Amino acid sequence: MHKLKPITPLGGATRRQDTIGAVTITEVVDQALASVAARNGQAKAVQRALTDQIGLTLPDVGKAADAAPFATFWMGTEQWMVTAPYDSHELLAAELKQIVGDSASVVEQTDGWCRFDVAGAAVCDLFERMSNAPVRSMATGEAIRTTAEHLGVFLWRLADDRIAILGPRSSAGSLHHGLLAAAKSVA
Amino acid sequence: MTRNNRLKGGLINRDTSLNFTFDGNSYSGFEGDTLASALLANGVRLMGRSFKYHRPRGPLTAGSEEPNALVELRSGGRQEPNTRATVAELYDGLDAKSQNRWPSLERDVMAINDRFSNFLTAGFYYKTFMWPKAFWEKLYEPIIRKAAGLGSLTGEDDPDLYDKGFLHCDLLVIGAGPAGLAAALTAGRAGAQVILADEDFHLGGRLIAETGALTDISGADWVTQAQAELASMDNVRLMPRTTVFGAYDHGIYGAVERNADHLAVPTEGKPRQTVWRIYSKRALVATGAIERPIAFENNDRPGIMLAGAVRAYANRWAATPAQSVVVFANNDDAHQTARDLMAQGIKVPAIVDTRADAPDVEGTEVLKGAEIINTSGRLGLTSVQVQLAEGYTRDLYCEALAMSGGWNPNLGLTCHQRGRPIWNADIHAFVPGDGLPVGQIVAGAANGEMTTDAALKSGAAAAVSALDDLGIPATQAELPTAKDAPVSLSPFWHVKGAKRAWLDYQNDVTVKDVKLAHQENFISVEHLKRYTTLGMATDQGKTSNIGALAVMAELTGKSIPETGSTIFRPPYTPVSMGALAGRAVGRDFHPTRLTPSHKWAEEQDAVFVEVGNWMRAQWFPRKGEIHWRQSVDREVLQTRSSVGVCDVTTLGKIDVQGANAAAFLNKIYANGFAKLPVGKVRYGLMLREDGVAYDDGTAARLAEDHFVVTTTTANAVLVYRNMEFVRQCLCPEMDVQLISTTEAWAQYAVAGPNSRKLLQKIVDPEFDLSNEVFPFMACGEITVCGGLRARLFRISFSGELAYEIAVPTRYGDALMRKLMEAGEEFDAVPYGTEALGVMRIEKGHAAGNELNGTTSALNLGLGRMVSTKKDCIGNVLSRREGMNTPDALALVGLKPVDAKDAVPAGGHLMNKDGPIDAAHDQGYVTSAAYSPILNSSIGLGFVKGGFDRKGEHLRLVNPLEGQEVLVEIVSAHFVDPEGEKLRA
Amino acid sequence: MIINHPLLGPRDAQEFTYLGDATLINRPDWQSDNAAQAFHDYLYLRDNPAGEHRELWFHEQGDRSWLVVTRNTVTHEILSVEMARDVAKAAAAERSAQ
Repeated sequence: MHKLKPITPLGGATRRQDTIGAVTITEVVDQALASVAARNGQAKAVQRALTDQIGLTLPDVGKAADAAPFATFWMGTEQWMVTAPYDSHELLAAELKQIVGDSASVVEQTDGWCRFDVAGAAVCDLFERMSNAPVRSMATGEAIRTTAEHLGVFLWRLADDRIAILGPRSSAGSLHHGLLAAAKSVA
Repeated sequence: MTRNNRLKGGLINRDTSLNFTFDGNSYSGFEGDTLASALLANGVRLMGRSFKYHRPRGPLTAGSEEPNALVELRSGGRQEPNTRATVAELYDGLDAKSQNRWPSLERDVMAINDRFSNFLTAGFYYKTFMWPKAFWEKLYEPIIRKAAGLGSLTGEDDPDLYDKGFLHCDLLVIGAGPAGLAAALTAGRAGAQVILADEDFHLGGRLIAETGALTDISGADWVTQAQAELASMDNVRLMPRTTVFGAYDHGIYGAVERNADHLAVPTEGKPRQTVWRIYSKRALVATGAIERPIAFENNDRPGIMLAGAVRAYANRWAATPAQSVVVFANNDDAHQTARDLMAQGIKVPAIVDTRADAPDVEGTEVLKGAEIINTSGRLGLTSVQVQLAEGYTRDLYCEALAMSGGWNPNLGLTCHQRGRPIWNADIHAFVPGDGLPVGQIVAGAANGEMTTDAALKSGAAAAVSALDDLGIPATQAELPTAKDAPVSLSPFWHVKGAKRAWLDYQNDVTVKDVKLAHQENFISVEHLKRYTTLGMATDQGKTSNIGALAVMAELTGKSIPETGSTIFRPPYTPVSMGALAGRAVGRDFHPTRLTPSHKWAEEQDAVFVEVGNWMRAQWFPRKGEIHWRQSVDREVLQTRSSVGVCDVTTLGKIDVQGANAAAFLNKIYANGFAKLPVGKVRYGLMLREDGVAYDDGTAARLAEDHFVVTTTTANAVLVYRNMEFVRQCLCPEMDVQLISTTEAWAQYAVAGPNSRKLLQKIVDPEFDLSNEVFPFMACGEITVCGGLRARLFRISFSGELAYEIAVPTRYGDALMRKLMEAGEEFDAVPYGTEALGVMRIEKGHAAGNELNGTTSALNLGLGRMVSTKKDCIGNVLSRREGMNTPDALALVGLKPVDAKDAVPAGGHLMNKDGPIDAAHDQGYVTSAAYSPILNSSIGLGFVKGGFDRKGEHLRLVNPLEGQEVLVEIVSAHFVDPEGEKLRA
Repeated sequence: MIINHPLLGPRDAQEFTYLGDATLINRPDWQSDNAAQAFHDYLYLRDNPAGEHRELWFHEQGDRSWLVVTRNTVTHEILSVEMARDVAKAAAAERSAQ
């Protein structure tokens, strides 16, 4: 095993967590990500392979789904992001490629993103200052790709009082700063 | 001369008294006061000076349409000019100053302008400061600028935060008067998502300004009830202190919420103001009406106000401008002002009514068919002169005059998408016409429904119909009954024969100015506005436009609607720049992107440069280096003699997979990729469809159906967009999938003769890096440091034996530390973008300076790369005759003949002899650097027919700075032209 | 403006990047006899109507789909929105049928 020490998107050795007023903002670093894009005309085959082998149902437009320890949300036409715990699925992309074979293109996305889970009663108040997405009408299990703080992001409603935001990893600091400012604004 | 003009009642909280200052004098008011109401209650009528003539002015209105009472609030970085005292909510410690006066509001030397008003008429500036031309910039403009303008800024940074946000609703109700409240209650009870916004801090509109708007309950009490019910609904968002300032496409509205303007200092971390972008399915404009003044001689003295405003001050704020108030009107509505004032014990010497058949009012005399023909009082009204119907005149002593020429629907928001108001002859006013913004409806007085009863009913009905459109069933809310005051009005715009009768108070436009405009043929509304400045500045003509139109109509002998109508543009009222900027100020203007080695580079005291949003290390100064060139030269020399490491993560990386991946790359690159073997990298050039080169990079084939494409840092987004265009729009049948992986991998260039030795210490031993097994342009998936997955590419931008190594981004920091540690024995250096640039110029690699949007593959010396055997973007048009002439620009190297000379980038090239002008231009320098290897300044540039001109001398000129350097055309490959080093 | 995305529903135009005339989908055949002229016309000759216009928008901050939006350039009314890939496929099918 290599002994290289990873750093988090915010540059720390461990995840950062901030509580401001009624919201808690947690840097999420324990999830691996991989994109799965169906090859032409192969969407059904991809779906079948994933359902058969890991019980995962690829969701429809704008939706997320899960089959522990995996979860997935829709990214684009016949394209999904799949997540799983990093510790047990560091090589998630390779693992999925084994399952889907030539029916899909799979790409490691783990370190392409930073993720913050924002939890608390004021979670919608916060996000309506970040993004034009209609967060109040987003149901649990919906995901939307849009902009926040001038960055392309995914918003993923995990629960009534919990929304995950995924943004470009290199801008984690800017995104986090925006989340903190919005949290103070609504605190 | 403060006097207590505070009345009984009102919606002020007498338990909370607030101290404030105006021009240094201390006063007190109550919670619920505006600055204007508190000043009036303290006996202060004089609040400002007019723009042009510096006439003494007091408030005309009680709302956001105020043209006169503009003040500066606060001080230091928080100083805010041109704030309307009529909407400035009072707080304890408020510090306000009058503006546009010197040395004081009472004694203003610029009031001399008023004496010269005969000269300072409309068009004065245009006519007077025409000549001599040279005087304009040095003399006229500075003087005019100093004399003109109203408030001032301190130039200090605003210390407060501003925010922005996004809201979604079924129904946006703009205005919380009777129509708005009825609509919000109706829609709220139906379960729709409702936003109710009002610019005021107290909901209710005219309901809280009138004494008897409703029959069974006071207006204020009903507003309190309605507000409580709305506040209890989860689906209703109440937004007082929120001005909807613009109606944009497809139901989008802009609004500014004043979160903390009513506080001395915003709460820590909280915004002063928030700009909201509101997405509405339907929007109801219930913005009420604005009263219009009457033009008569000297109708602008402090104390002369609109009748509805006087009534609002008395009823809502328990303040009167004076103890004795005359009313001047052409309608019944204004008579209520007299009744309300008399009920509070204020003297009303008379009502001057222009109508011969005006009704009587108990308790005062109604002078029917009379007009006010002049007024007196230098700093405040002392008397008015009345022309009676019988023919003689009479002076009435009073310190305030409540005037009314009727009411105009407040329809600004209906015009923002070019909707044109239409004339309603019944109410003698413009009402909203066709062309309303999509999804917008209008109700209440804004739609010409001028009674409380009609406003309530139309608001409720509008909500029902809006929700019906959306498929939400609703029934009209139960409404209170309203006393339906029949408004009788006969149009009256201005008193004939007046010389200085103000139409536009804010811009000092009088009836005479409109006559002058007419006389000089500026008759159309648009010309009138620009010639006289009517309707400009903070009030946008809310109280003045119709009056001026009426005067022009009279002069041209046309009707008002024939004369024209003015439409309104956003914003409805001024919006501060800070609010529009929101949080995107200073360092937060745009997001910042950090490279994986950023933290480490900071520890090395690297100097950073912004490249797009990226922060990249520019060079790494070492102790004793005092000039950047010392650091850069050292980095270049050390890399070329041993090994250097550079963070190149910023290059765009796009993962391309699919059965047709190779065919797809063939389409987007000018050169061929179909035959590239797995495990190899190829340089690729991308053209625009017009044949101009726009980006270059490499594509590595990781599998038959899998490539990784790199782009330049600057074009990463554009290349991805274009690739998606080709994939979806041009080759929809191809099996290819794309995704960006720029951020997922930390990538470092390891360059120099010792780069292989360095990497061998890191790459796990099962991977053979020997030249035979892993030659130039090889690539592969490997592991490093005992098992970490990585990608290795043998590519070189510097011209040295070089590699690029990529690991998952989270290990980027650790890998950089590991590389530097392993490199210690070679004295490995980190190098920044400057050294990177020097080395690529030495090697003759084109970069952004050369791919400048005008150059083709041929110009770049890459003409043979453009395959003629396949189709690709840009190849047909790149073969156009005009782009392939023998004297086409060619990329060459340039070296000063005298090694002491520097090559200035951007300079143009001229033949050794002959004229220096554009017609004889031979080309230009795109990149220049000092080469520590060659001990000379060098450059890359484009020269006409340059490939065949090696050895020729040219003059490199910069006529702007008088520079002229003799240079020699050489090969662009200054270093290792045969490429032996990179293949070693 | 609001663009009613065929898959995602109404989305703010701020999320999109504008390209231009949707005829850019109909790229000429590079091997035809008049290829140079055809590419010239394809690239440089555009109608600029005051009224209905079919144009290409890229949902850059969304699902990365190219859309063909039929929009009235005077009123900004959006009359229809299609997936550009579907439009391109249909156009290709029509070409091969000829």
